[in-house]
Amino acid sequence: MFIINCPFCGEREQSEFKAGGEAHIERPKQPTELSDDEWAEYLFMRKNIKGIQFERWNHIHGCRKWFNMVRDTSNDEIKAIYKMGEKPPVK
Amino acid sequence: MKNRYSIFSLIKNAFSYHENWEKAWKDPTPKKEYDAVIVGGGGHGLATAYYLAKKHNMKNIAVVEKGWIGGGNTGRNTTIIRSNYLWDASAGLYNHALKIWEGLSQELNYNVMFSQRGVMNLAHNLQDVRDLKRRTHANRLNGIDAEYLNTEEVKKFCPIINTSPDIRYPVLGGTLQRRAGTARHDAVAWGYARGADEMGVDIIQNCEVKAIKRNGDSVEGLETTKGFIKTNKIGVVAAGHSSVIANMAGLKLPLESKPLQALVSEPVKPIIDTVVMSNAVHAYVSQSDKGELVIGAGTDDYISYSQKGSHDIVEGTLNAILELYPIFSRMRMLRQWGGIVDICPDASPIISKTSIKGLYFNCGWGTGGFKATPGSGDLFAHTIANDEPHELNAAFNINRFVSGDLVDEHGAAAVAH
Repeated sequence: MFIINCPFCGEREQSEFKAGGEAHIERPKQPTELSDDEWAEYLFMRKNIKGIQFERWNHIHGCRKWFNMVRDTSNDEIKAIYKMGEKPPVK
Repeated sequence: MKNRYSIFSLIKNAFSYHENWEKAWKDPTPKKEYDAVIVGGGGHGLATAYYLAKKHNMKNIAVVEKGWIGGGNTGRNTTIIRSNYLWDASAGLYNHALKIWEGLSQELNYNVMFSQRGVMNLAHNLQDVRDLKRRTHANRLNGIDAEYLNTEEVKKFCPIINTSPDIRYPVLGGTLQRRAGTARHDAVAWGYARGADEMGVDIIQNCEVKAIKRNGDSVEGLETTKGFIKTNKIGVVAAGHSSVIANMAGLKLPLESKPLQALVSEPVKPIIDTVVMSNAVHAYVSQSDKGELVIGAGTDDYISYSQKGSHDIVEGTLNAILELYPIFSRMRMLRQWGGIVDICPDASPIISKTSIKGLYFNCGWGTGGFKATPGSGDLFAHTIANDEPHELNAAFNINRFVSGDLVDEHGAAAVAH
């Protein structure tokens, strides 16, 4: 359990949020031209990093807005939080 | 040849105050080269090594484990064994394991305390009822024992369940697999370790893999904390850390690693002689031989390797437990822990070759790997030895995420994954 500082609402308990998985996976620009391998890569393959991970969260029991987070998955320490569309912080 | 465990060896050793038991497995230093190396000394990894040696005559092999054997998810699960899966591929896989479980203590000469006390799955709404009835029929067509119980029959089989229609999620019925049950999880790891060790397998603990050495499209060996080990075949059975190992070989897997929590209560006298699982409210409970209630909770929804998990998950599970079993309202919980489970998008495992020659993965067991331990080891050993999958694990290849031929057990199994 940890506290998340929602960029819109401030500090709230993690149980108010829903994790949305790995961030910055870009939707294919030309879906019709994708091979099966490329579809599999986009839909299913994940970095699943132990360590510093960039991920999406939704304040589902609050403002219901999405935002991004940098978190160390080995100890659940939050390193940075930034809004959708903003550039990820450099490590 | 190891001395066999028996009532006579027990009596004999009693005279020397149990101080002279033979070591169940050696503590070898790694050799320079092996025919195959298994990464991960949990139940699945040790079973893989055991069947490689026993059925495929590969004796020059090693199991490397970064901690101690059985110290990961093997020692953290809730020990439930069942095979009542919906789809044919899953039914084949898990029933293969269940059949091995039934003779495992004799085969290993090690009491894994396999107890076929039955597993009951409860239905709490009309959709549950329909799903569970459908699964009962599907199981029977696949030769798996399954019964559908109405509310009275559920109450008769497990009298402490609150079957009042007034509770928030009333019990409308359930399924029962009588051949299902539990086993002692540590004993499974130790039994396979002892058996593998006897056939010459090196079980190397405190040996963490740091890198996988590749030569083009094939593997050459492993860089570990105990030095370089040369081998042409690497079988990875690293559960929650599968993606970490895959990353070393430049592979990406369709996995997310999340904490799955469980907890045990203080020990009490026998009160529940079966396993009861509930899909809709996500709570399952059984009682260990020590008398503790063993309670399984759900997974957290965020990726984490911290083996902790969040409190609200435990709270939700205990809410459900208390509603179904008011008798437990004053029980105190003794311990809580988390294990890191690697979950596939279709909640089915991967037992497969990869695009790299000599590199095999057995992963993605998610929240339900313990029950499959013997079958998983047997089929993975087959896959490694023959460089081809067995017909029972052919559907669980890694290419299904490209072809789209998924084994979609998500929510279709007895408990929502």
